[in-house]
Amino acid sequence: MSEAAVAANSPAEGMDGLVDDWSADKQAYHVPWGKAMMWLFLVSDTFIFSCFLVGYLNVRMTTTEPWPVQSEIFALSFGGAPIPLILIAIMTFVLITSSGTMAMAVNYGYRRDKTKTFWLICATALFGAMFVGMQVFEWSKLIGDEGVRPWGNPFGAAQFGSIFFMVTGFHGLHVTCGVIYLMWVALRVKRGYYDDKGFEIVEIAGLYWHFVDLVWVFIFAFFYLL
Amino acid sequence: MSSDAGQQHPLGIYYKVWILLFVVSFFSYMVDYLEFQGALRWTLVLLFMVIKAGFIIAIFMHVVWERMALALTILGPPVVLLLLIGLMAVEGNYTEEARFNYMGHDRDAVALTPADLHGGEHGGEEEAH
Repeated sequence: MSEAAVAANSPAEGMDGLVDDWSADKQAYHVPWGKAMMWLFLVSDTFIFSCFLVGYLNVRMTTTEPWPVQSEIFALSFGGAPIPLILIAIMTFVLITSSGTMAMAVNYGYRRDKTKTFWLICATALFGAMFVGMQVFEWSKLIGDEGVRPWGNPFGAAQFGSIFFMVTGFHGLHVTCGVIYLMWVALRVKRGYYDDKGFEIVEIAGLYWHFVDLVWVFIFAFFYLL
Repeated sequence: MSSDAGQQHPLGIYYKVWILLFVVSFFSYMVDYLEFQGALRWTLVLLFMVIKAGFIIAIFMHVVWERMALALTILGPPVVLLLLIGLMAVEGNYTEEARFNYMGHDRDAVALTPADLHGGEHGGEEEAH
């Protein structure tokens, strides 16, 4: 008994720790359950986004129509010559900025600095809303000015539109949900709802937000750059 | 109970990773801006992508500090996706070759750009509004 109690108090690290954590009828994950469940959700979400991206890979490889040149289609002009892909680059920087403010929010949450946590989460949500706004602009430009549709476009392979709307739309939906989720958490932080419960919720919300940024890293590389 | 024993780390490491993500994102944008093509483009884009994803997962999402049981639960299952990617790449390549060889599709077709469609070199003037 006492040996087991000592072992449970100071779990081993590395491979021994892995075996210990799985080899007994006890708790496998030494994290709050909400965090474990968020990770479970994020792993399943990884598979959904991966299915979209692998579908994109297959469609792009099999189509014999030329694939539209993303660099030119997503170019934007500020009075002068169009700058290739500039809107997407700005969106990328906005999302990374929001990821940084979120990481700060998590840190100040654990320091129980409610004011800083509140404002940092608000800043994160604001950058997220900016991202969605730029995405709306991008969609309207593509639909209205360029005539891109899910079933065809004037540039090349028809699948370009369906993949674009599906992948960026699903990602945009995640960002939108994230903004609402973050505002909800921010308000509860401000009202002192977590004073007794602890501030893990900020880290859990942060995991979701970093995941959204992570997905964008892959979309940026595979859809816009390659 | 565990609220103050959660994932708490010095702020410095977040600032460093944050700056790194900006720099690497800028590099991947420059790959497009400087019009690198072919194997060089693929190598650089995928390299920068892996660096960014790795630092976001490891530091921002704290996986490097998590216990191995949780880290493997997170990172293990997605590994099978590599098999799916490999299978779909082989299958896609076969389908494309079959279409070129037996259905008479044009191997040298080139995509149009907004500049082609809107006339002139300034494809951007309509887009500004």
